[in-house]
Amino acid sequence: MSTQRVFTSVFPRLRVASSKNATTSLAQQTQQLRCYSRPTATLRPSGPARSLVLSSAAASAPRRVCVPATSSTQPRTLSTSASLSHGHVDTPKPGEELWVTFIDKEGVEHKIAVCKGDNLLDIAQAHDLEMEGACGGSCACSTCHVIVEDPDYYDRMPEPDDDENDMLDLAFGLTETSRLGCQVIMTPELDGLRVKLPSMTRNLQSSDFN
Amino acid sequence: MATIAWARPRAFAQWNRRIALAYTTQVRRASTTGEPFRLAIIGSGPAGFYTAYRFMKNNEHAKVDMYESLPVPYGLVRFGVAPDHAEVKNCREKFEEVASSPNFNFVGNVTVGASSDHPDGATVPLSSILRHYHAVVFSYGSSEDRKLGIPGEDLKGVFSAREFVGWYNGLPEYADLNPDLSLGFHDDTLIIGNGNVAMDVARILLKTPEELAKTDIAAHALDALSRSKVHNIRIIGRRGPIQAAFTTKELRALYKLPDVEVRPYDLEHPKSYQVLPPPVKRRTELLSKGKHLPPNLSKSYPSVTFDFCLSPLHFDHDPKQPSSRPGWVTSATFGKTVLRHPNQTYGSIEYNESSHESREYYDQKATARLPPNPKTITLPTRYIFKSIGYKSTPLPEFPHLGIPFNTSTGVIPNDGIGRVLTKIHHPHQLPSSSHPTHHQAHIELPHHFKGLYCSGWVKRGPQGVIAETMMDAFTTADAITEDLSKQEKFLPDSGLGQDAKGWEAVRAEALGGNAKVVSWEDWKAIDEAEIERGQKAGTGKEREKFVRREDMLAVLGDKAGR
Repeated sequence: MSTQRVFTSVFPRLRVASSKNATTSLAQQTQQLRCYSRPTATLRPSGPARSLVLSSAAASAPRRVCVPATSSTQPRTLSTSASLSHGHVDTPKPGEELWVTFIDKEGVEHKIAVCKGDNLLDIAQAHDLEMEGACGGSCACSTCHVIVEDPDYYDRMPEPDDDENDMLDLAFGLTETSRLGCQVIMTPELDGLRVKLPSMTRNLQSSDFN
Repeated sequence: MATIAWARPRAFAQWNRRIALAYTTQVRRASTTGEPFRLAIIGSGPAGFYTAYRFMKNNEHAKVDMYESLPVPYGLVRFGVAPDHAEVKNCREKFEEVASSPNFNFVGNVTVGASSDHPDGATVPLSSILRHYHAVVFSYGSSEDRKLGIPGEDLKGVFSAREFVGWYNGLPEYADLNPDLSLGFHDDTLIIGNGNVAMDVARILLKTPEELAKTDIAAHALDALSRSKVHNIRIIGRRGPIQAAFTTKELRALYKLPDVEVRPYDLEHPKSYQVLPPPVKRRTELLSKGKHLPPNLSKSYPSVTFDFCLSPLHFDHDPKQPSSRPGWVTSATFGKTVLRHPNQTYGSIEYNESSHESREYYDQKATARLPPNPKTITLPTRYIFKSIGYKSTPLPEFPHLGIPFNTSTGVIPNDGIGRVLTKIHHPHQLPSSSHPTHHQAHIELPHHFKGLYCSGWVKRGPQGVIAETMMDAFTTADAITEDLSKQEKFLPDSGLGQDAKGWEAVRAEALGGNAKVVSWEDWKAIDEAEIERGQKAGTGKEREKFVRREDMLAVLGDKAGR
């Protein structure tokens, strides 16, 4: 009997604790607290009327809808320093909003009103969603990987170029409708786009134990 | 809540608003004295910084001290990432954001465990660190080379890619490597290894000085490379084209070099490659396509050629060779390898040409094996770059402190998530069919060394791009957070940590008054000086790095260490 075997048979609980349970408990706590995480200065939760309009999402999933407040508070969402080029998005003018929904790894939906021309990485970062842009949105890493939920929307986007495909090849959990957030630019055709954010950590199986 | 006036308020205000609340109580509870939870991170590369980032984001009251043996941070982002990949280095923005938190403290120019390799560098024992923190993350990466272990490896003209990369990136350790690249126009330069570092080395060797001058390449390297006669490069892998480790992106970067030919690689069993998963298929297509340039009678283009299934046997110096120099390599001999699925049992394999079945050839997991009497090939050469991987080593105090290290795999044993595992001897009854009685045997059971974690290459081996290191570091950070929320034991509970007071206590205990410690503000001063030097170069250089520790410290004058 190998040490590995002994380890997993003597400590079956440890195996579970270090993968599944951990994720769940963290996820639950995150979800519970998610409602406090919105910067109220910039974004206010939509009223009931707005929710009605947007009720197409799955009823069971927790949802938040964010609409921008007045443009005067807009700089709140800017980057931490002037040198940062990403994370900047403009507030859409009333009536010109395009809607994009991010579904985070806990299944929480974040519906956001954005401007034409913004890319998904900037949008996600400006709204404090868990999406890294390690290379600053220059298509040189795969940390802003998103999965387009509806293949129809995927087909409406311009094809990924070689550089993007090269990076997508390295993305964890690559799918047929994977894209890099920094390369997806919002257009009126993409209004109503829904994308999933993959987990930023590894979910390990016991077989991965050293 | 977010009223604290920090230098860069946004990110940290966001962190406040995040799930930090949930852990605040646990973080406080972790320490019985009401002191904040203190985490030491050994190493300031991407693994260290991403661990700090994630952990601080979820634990707003925790204090993080990051130890770095050089006066400058960022590890392989500064000294590994190729100078012409400036965009990859953008992750520094995130690291700066982390470092701007008042809960973060950079302890530069301080080596942990081993004595510093420089008289101006300070040293603190690991035991002292363990005493003064709740938890320690090892993220010191890989500082050695794997060796080929073949005759002639130490001849002149044979470089390890790690030292060459360190040299062109201005790593103080290799500031004096000074490779003479002015030979070898007619012979091929060999790069042994199939990782992204091999691609980097090839690209840097073939880029024109004008292109390199725009990057943050070290001035001494730019100078030597502008006199380089390296013209034709062979990149040689032990395994086949399907098993190669380089990414499509780095392969494509070679294709993008103007006026450089890439010889197409002829696949064996070309029809079978359709079965490959899309990422490997795309890379294989690119490899077999090659890049031709229009014939030009007045000019011979530099070229890159790929060779696979060749394992180096010996490097030789032949004094009779014309223009050979004493002690320099003149040729390299390789043996043809065969590919086998790792689970395939070997026995004695008679090598024959037809053993390259398409099944093994297209098996991504196939390993290369040198048959007993391999076919050999000898290539004349002046330069060999060994790019066969980096290796982590244990800190000198590990055995003494009971911290494990797996020298064969070069990693700190861990649970795959980031908790350092150590083994306890445990008497165990083994059932045995041949004897009626049970045998007493000692089984080694791995268990978590409370308070110790690892992240990055020292955790999972020297591979993967920054995105992988980031995910990996996040996983480690979440493990610490999780252990906190479960009120697991940490260093003070295990009897090792006595007084979790962090850096100030370590400093008082282990450092003399005149040790030159580099703070984050000090690094920013060095940073600014480097950027200024870059501007003076006038070629659009982002920065001109200082390549010697004394020059880095000289920027600070008498300020360092106060």
